[in-house]
Amino acid sequence: MNAFSALSIVRRLALTLLSCGACLVHAQAVLGPVTPGSQQYPIAITNLPGEAALPHAIAQIVRDDLARSGLFRMIDASNLPVPAEASQVRMADWTARGAGYLAFGRVTPTADGRFTARVGIIDVAKQAELGSFSYTLAPAQARVTGHRIADDIYEKVTGEKGFFNTKIAYVKKAGTRFDLIVADSDGQNEQSALTSREPIISPRWSPGGDKLAYVSFENRKPQIWVHEIYTSKRTLVGNFRGSNSAPAWSPDGNTLAIALTLSGGTQIYSIPASGGDSRRLTNSGGIDTEPWFAPDGSIYFTSDRGGSPQIYRMAGSGGEARRITFRGTYNVSPRVSPDGKTLAFVARTNGVFRLSTLDLTAPGQQERVITDTDKDESPSFAPNGRMLLYATDIGGRGILATVSADGQTKQRISVTAADAREPAWGPYNK
Amino acid sequence: MNMRIALNVITTAAAFALTACSSTPPSQEPVTTRDAAPAQIPAQTPPQTATPAAVPNVTPPAADAFNPLNEFSIYFDLDQYTVDDKQIPLVRRHADYIKKNPGQRVSVQGNTDERGSREYNLSLGQKRAEAVKKLLVTEGAKESQIEAVSLGEEKPKNPGRDESAWKENRRSDITYPR
Repeated sequence: MNAFSALSIVRRLALTLLSCGACLVHAQAVLGPVTPGSQQYPIAITNLPGEAALPHAIAQIVRDDLARSGLFRMIDASNLPVPAEASQVRMADWTARGAGYLAFGRVTPTADGRFTARVGIIDVAKQAELGSFSYTLAPAQARVTGHRIADDIYEKVTGEKGFFNTKIAYVKKAGTRFDLIVADSDGQNEQSALTSREPIISPRWSPGGDKLAYVSFENRKPQIWVHEIYTSKRTLVGNFRGSNSAPAWSPDGNTLAIALTLSGGTQIYSIPASGGDSRRLTNSGGIDTEPWFAPDGSIYFTSDRGGSPQIYRMAGSGGEARRITFRGTYNVSPRVSPDGKTLAFVARTNGVFRLSTLDLTAPGQQERVITDTDKDESPSFAPNGRMLLYATDIGGRGILATVSADGQTKQRISVTAADAREPAWGPYNK
Repeated sequence: MNMRIALNVITTAAAFALTACSSTPPSQEPVTTRDAAPAQIPAQTPPQTATPAAVPNVTPPAADAFNPLNEFSIYFDLDQYTVDDKQIPLVRRHADYIKKNPGQRVSVQGNTDERGSREYNLSLGQKRAEAVKKLLVTEGAKESQIEAVSLGEEKPKNPGRDESAWKENRRSDITYPR
């Protein structure tokens, strides 16, 4: 594997694109999209010789990411020689192990004290190289590099964009201390953006991924803040009389839908994301809260106007609402998938709270329960819509978990918090 | 930076195209170079500490001035925010006291059990507080004396995780800040 200068890559690519432009359509038809659950890609991922010099073993981060997605089945790659380049791959060895795909590579130090990780991805059945990547990293970037490699493998194999190099936010409670935590998508590399002695709830990522809106009780009542996580600049944007809660970002990031109690009960309003006057969007005598913008700008929300909390949908400018959920007497916390096609929410049945999904493209469809624990809350979609992050409870302790959108693969996210809650999956890194 | 990003997109698309066209094993690929430079790592930013506002004095009036009113809590059934008939006499006693003390400020704090959505519970707690406030006003207290606030599920009186604890937490408290 040689490193190419930027110029020579551009030149080569121009040629490649010209000669093979017509193949793009064909390629998509061959590689994807994938129906989750119906298919798992068997993949072997070798250790990366040289990675021991880094603080984290990159190959294991890659394996864990891909396995958590539910779309990949890990094939044992131990006790086989790690090829130095694609031409050295002995396809028969990997076929014998049952690997449909192989990722291999190595880590080498560079002259300036950094490292280069090179990774090749092979379609074993087709005996074709799907791609090869080179990453330059400082030792402290071992984790993020692992996530980027997982993203590249995910995309090469499934044809869809990977989502491992993304952030999550959640609230950690320890005694009387609350921390707003920002971490990698696997829960590692956690950092506190805010510490408070009063509750913090409902963190919501801005579409650009650089800000979090959330509700803090630090002034002894719920107020809404917008927090720029890379500068720590905070702005109090929701400080109206009564309670201020449930912020939701509009798709363009300019507006927040929020819940206020100006009229007594909780109703939905909109405000500029930088703060300013409120405009009322709902008008019911009951509870209207938990707004969530769909990609088309419409708002899903929770309302008890029909006698029990159910999910409704209205235009982004407010007005008449249409009821979306009908089964059971408690359906709350609506979240629309990034493609607008699926609604995830929390449903209570016989006293247990579980995540459910509803296909929004096929009206009249049944809700589908996708989790199986009893206190599942606060769902949020991964940016490609294939997985959800949520909070649940094990032995009286709040934990975080992921579930594939089809409910097939569930996995606990490892965090240090004794009590973790209110998770939110961030958008793609810009 | 822009250059690098644009380049990445192009290389990925090209590699994709090449794959589909190539049936000869293993094809020669241009290496996509990814710089894992510190894109956005918030590690450098120190956590901010939110400074809580001064704690307001939330204590009931002295017991002797208020003897028959030693109960301050109105309880609710699951999901409900209407005050049960049985609890109306208690609210009435408070209304009488508030009426006789027009300078007294009153805060009604609504609470819920820990189950379900925190946001919905915040709204449910608000409704429970509002319901008691409304009843106090109906019974003769001045609306301007009374503030209804919700703590949702955030400040459980009983930290237990069973029905006996949840029952205790589905509650509005009438409090008398001094």
